[in-house]
Amino acid sequence: MFAVAGVGKFEDLVEAIPAHLRLSRPLDLPKSMSEMALSREVRRLAERNRGMSDLTSFLGLGWSKHFIPAAVDNIVSRSEFTTAYTPYQAEASQGSLQQIFEYQTMVAEITGMEISNASLYDGATSLVEGLIMASACSKGRKDFAIASNLNPRWREVAQTYSGSNGWTFHDVAWVAGTGALDRAALEKILTEQAGRLAAVVVQTPNVFGLLEDLEGLADLAHKAGAVLLVAADPLACAIVEPPGSFGADIVVGELLGLGIPTSLGGPGLGYLTTKKSHLRQMPGRVVGRTLDAEGTRAYCLTAQTREQHIRRDKATSNICSNQGLMTVAASVYLALQGPQGLAEVAEHCAARLAYVRDGLGGAKIHPLFPGTPFQEQAFLLPPGSRARVEAACRTARLLPGIWLSDLMPGVPTESLLVCASETHSRQDLDLLVSILSSAGGAA
Amino acid sequence: MSDSTIPKDRQYAPSHEWVKVENGVATVGITDHAQHELGDIVFVELPEVGQKVEQGKGLAVIEAVKTVADVYSPADGEVVEVNTTLADDAATINRDAYGAWIAKVKLAGPLSAELMDASAYQAQL
Repeated sequence: MFAVAGVGKFEDLVEAIPAHLRLSRPLDLPKSMSEMALSREVRRLAERNRGMSDLTSFLGLGWSKHFIPAAVDNIVSRSEFTTAYTPYQAEASQGSLQQIFEYQTMVAEITGMEISNASLYDGATSLVEGLIMASACSKGRKDFAIASNLNPRWREVAQTYSGSNGWTFHDVAWVAGTGALDRAALEKILTEQAGRLAAVVVQTPNVFGLLEDLEGLADLAHKAGAVLLVAADPLACAIVEPPGSFGADIVVGELLGLGIPTSLGGPGLGYLTTKKSHLRQMPGRVVGRTLDAEGTRAYCLTAQTREQHIRRDKATSNICSNQGLMTVAASVYLALQGPQGLAEVAEHCAARLAYVRDGLGGAKIHPLFPGTPFQEQAFLLPPGSRARVEAACRTARLLPGIWLSDLMPGVPTESLLVCASETHSRQDLDLLVSILSSAGGAA
Repeated sequence: MSDSTIPKDRQYAPSHEWVKVENGVATVGITDHAQHELGDIVFVELPEVGQKVEQGKGLAVIEAVKTVADVYSPADGEVVEVNTTLADDAATINRDAYGAWIAKVKLAGPLSAELMDASAYQAQL
């Protein structure tokens, strides 16, 4: 082999690496194992994992667990869908294109917008794509008025992109007593940054689980020459007025949960919907419906000319793909549910959260902020109770929610974001209430 | 294509724009060869009136079904007029490339030295 490579010994291959950086002793590895022994060892380690099916979980923050009807997996596992990569002669795959077309139609309808792209990777990157797009819509502005009560994990991803894009974020505070976007603070930023802002960026429900009032925000943004970018929970849109009804320019979010299991946090499915007038600033591709040479219905990739493989450095985004298989899962789920079914799922989620809230109220554990939640809400537990709650939950194999202070500044240590869904039985809800009430009670 | 189809009343850039200068204002479009290479044109992103442009930099963007191409400015200057009819019917360029002008630029500097006359442009196609 050395002869083939044209070297005399191994050291010749690595001579480009300075000698002091090379390891001068053998690697410190355990004894090698047979394949069978290794398989047994890995299984032993894997059994120490606790999956969502072994636990009662109230984790949320945009990734809630919902029931997935068997038909979803059945259709998604068809080889015609699982083996389809983004086709380079896209129109040869009419089935894939029709499915993406249906996906776009449903997501646009749910969010109340005119068009949807063919999907993005996940909620956090859909927010970032929305920011890039807003910058293009405003002829290159790079300043954003961004709500402080937005999902801190998404905000972190946006922060990562901000350096290379030269973005400046102007944080819009939340109202101290309600957790809602502070309009006065927003108007102050709009005035101070006049002529500089690309977008006003808000999320509904916000990080505290509360629905934001979007009324009038579009006007405020437009008067400043900015667009209104809304990150919205698509399931909430089934029972409340969607952002499109309030004049939003760009709506983004996460579809994980709707036909897609939470798994280990992914794969997710980001969506991005907008107005037709912003089509040419939109990232990614769109599937359109047209007529072929014989006058029959046909689907085609359209507006992909703004993508990287054609526009290179002038592309609308460095996203040059779509989340194919995940859009199949979401499409099948949404088509199975229909508008009525989706609204019923949403109502079940909201009702279960209300049940938890009522139960905790009896034990004097109250929401961090008043307001109208959808399926999750931040509760304020007594100071110093976190360790007791965590210990009790470990014993009961229950994940009570997300401790918001781990993720963001400005919230009390014992702020617990609890997410309820239709998958929770009455026993699950009672167990949570009972643990939080006793362990979370006054010491 | 015969030589006679390329109008002799204007100049041509290697990047396939045509340029016609009258009273210090350059009218810019793309050649018939360019529209043929692009295919069906679906959209033209026009500059704004008053926008400053630089020689060799983007003036407009032409989007066809399968590709997108920049239209480059032949000189430094300021956009004084754009052909808004293209917003409704971009395919006018396919039908009449030499009639469908895109933008007029008030010249603030010399024209690109790379511009050619009709026969030189024809020769390099």
